[in-house]
Amino acid sequence: MSAEATPYGSRTSEFWRGARLSIPVVVASGPFAMLFGAIAVDNGFSVFEAFFMSLTVFGGASQMVGIELFGHHVAPWLIVLSIFAVNFRHVLYSAAVGRHLAHWPPAQQAVAYFLLTDPQYAFAESEAQKGRKVGFVWYMGAALTVYVSWTALTALGAFFGKLIPDTSALGIDFLLPIYFLGLVMDFRKRPLWLPIVAVSAVASILAYRFVGSPWHVSLGALAGVALAVILPPRHSGVGVGLAETEIEHLP
Amino acid sequence: MSTTFWITVAAAVATYLTRVGGHLVISRFERIHPRVEAGLNAVPAAVLTTLVAPAVLGAGPAEWAALIVALLVSLRGGLLTMFLAGAAVLIAARQFMG
Repeated sequence: MSAEATPYGSRTSEFWRGARLSIPVVVASGPFAMLFGAIAVDNGFSVFEAFFMSLTVFGGASQMVGIELFGHHVAPWLIVLSIFAVNFRHVLYSAAVGRHLAHWPPAQQAVAYFLLTDPQYAFAESEAQKGRKVGFVWYMGAALTVYVSWTALTALGAFFGKLIPDTSALGIDFLLPIYFLGLVMDFRKRPLWLPIVAVSAVASILAYRFVGSPWHVSLGALAGVALAVILPPRHSGVGVGLAETEIEHLP
Repeated sequence: MSTTFWITVAAAVATYLTRVGGHLVISRFERIHPRVEAGLNAVPAAVLTTLVAPAVLGAGPAEWAALIVALLVSLRGGLLTMFLAGAAVLIAARQFMG
């Protein structure tokens, strides 16, 4: 089960098929990696410490928040809690993607979860949706491409931080929303897609206004997920279990 | 080792828990209830939307133009095409609209 060559080509070609997917991610996240490195050094990190954070946390938004708090000399436990809060959405990814990784050996799964970012999750879901078995080599091709560029560019940004030009003119600050919109659109064939997007959008905007960042992510997402849970499962195109149907059709 | 180092280690552990935690909880159940499955299927659209929506609201005309073009391109083209189209419009629009 474990050591089989993937059914869609050699290991090398599977790896590159995954790596190719990540090219836009590298383009969109690269500037942030460098920016993170530069800001980190600015806030009193050594180059190694900045690099080490990218290497171990590997979560762009949470690292930015963390570094910001470092600059304000906030209590350590509050920094850790904030990073946890920003990353909390991964709980949902992890719960949802587990179905597609369950056939791997545990050690491979443990590594895969470490590398589970927003785009990585979206790739795995859409691979499974195409009816393919999510392969470890393919997964690592996509994930390692981002991991290596993220950590290397962090170090580069930390070294050459002062040289980074005006990021606004280059549109760098808005590349990620554009990219995430593309990921949202990737799932538009799914049942209930539009209602879920609408509910999550409204809920996240309200939460952003009244609760504040980063909680708008988890609260907005939970609202969209709740909609799918509350509506009868047939709306979601879930292979309706016999028991469920019978109960619903009882007089 | 410095305080920074240990805070980073704690943050990394906390982050790993979020990445593996959802799976560990779900995998304790033998059968997944259809409603839970429906909820899990909703995760990609739900979470990814929250990463876009507030940013859209806080943006200006240049960003909106970029998003609209990217949206239209995404109906036909792939992810990379839509992304590059959106980025091109964004950079161009910011030169004129600021």
